[in-house]
Amino acid sequence: MSEIKEKEQSTTHKIGIYLWIWGLLFVLSFFSYMVDWYQFQGMLRWSLILLFMFAKAGLIMAFFMHLYWERYALVNVLLWPMTAIACFIFLMVAEFEYTVFTRLFYFVVGG
Amino acid sequence: MSDPKIDGLELKPGFKGMADDTGSDQTMFKGVHWGKAMMWIFLLSDTFIFSCFLISYMKGRGSTLVDWPNASEVFGLHVFGVEVPLLLIAIMTFVLITSSGTMALAVKYGYEKNRKMCGWLILATAVGGLIFVGMQAFEWSKLISEGVRPWENPFGAPQFGSFFFMITGFHGTHVSIGVIFLFIYAYKTFAGHYDDRKRGWFTSMKGDYVEIEILGLYWHFVDLVWVFIFAFFYLW
Repeated sequence: MSEIKEKEQSTTHKIGIYLWIWGLLFVLSFFSYMVDWYQFQGMLRWSLILLFMFAKAGLIMAFFMHLYWERYALVNVLLWPMTAIACFIFLMVAEFEYTVFTRLFYFVVGG
Repeated sequence: MSDPKIDGLELKPGFKGMADDTGSDQTMFKGVHWGKAMMWIFLLSDTFIFSCFLISYMKGRGSTLVDWPNASEVFGLHVFGVEVPLLLIAIMTFVLITSSGTMALAVKYGYEKNRKMCGWLILATAVGGLIFVGMQAFEWSKLISEGVRPWENPFGAPQFGSFFFMITGFHGTHVSIGVIFLFIYAYKTFAGHYDDRKRGWFTSMKGDYVEIEILGLYWHFVDLVWVFIFAFFYLW
């Protein structure tokens, strides 16, 4: 009997944790909307947007998608491929900077 | 959430456990339902699709010499004679987060075998998804009536339209498919398929509340993608 009880505890969590995460997601979304409302510009705007974005994504993945409670074998299989996306972003940043350079050079400067 | 107790196996935590799981010459994801593992792998591939869309958007926006349309004006709404920036998008974000929360609770009540509560919460999630898709349809028709096309728009760089319709359209398709499945699973929950361990339509797998968690993973992923679209497309 005690074994069954332990098993049930391993697959369910107190409702409080979900309500907390839910509330936090609302607050973070409200903050990211405020970034636009107050028309922050430049580095402040971008860093705030990224901060709130990663905080929200982290909370959703860790608690709503239960990754915080999963074994590392699954978590690592899911998270390491994200480094490939990061590499791709760096490659494409170099690419668009080169495209902008050629457009400025040939269209504006005149070659 | 995976059940860490397996007969005859002592599972170690952390990276030591990961090495043991991976090198065990057996199933690697110990205690994880195969359907859940497959859903995660599908979501991983979907992550790459959405990443490619957002990265191509970054490349397109970064390389154009024409000014990009100002999102907070383009997506602003006139409410009671006042121009409110990004209002519709903010409401859509809150609706999607609300439905994500109800889904998380549905998974919890499913594992507690609380059939009624689980069913109502799935239904609430489906309604939230429907409201979201409805508002997206409104947003699309508003922009189309203002002359936004995939090849031109009156606000700025012509690439704006193609990225907007492609990214939000693909996300909206995901939401719509999710809503259909949410309604099906709400019916299956209320009908007691997960309590009776009734077999599904396309599978010999016996019904189990883990299916609610698998559905929940998909729904939270849709919310997760919206977090990134909201940040990069609407706020940036």
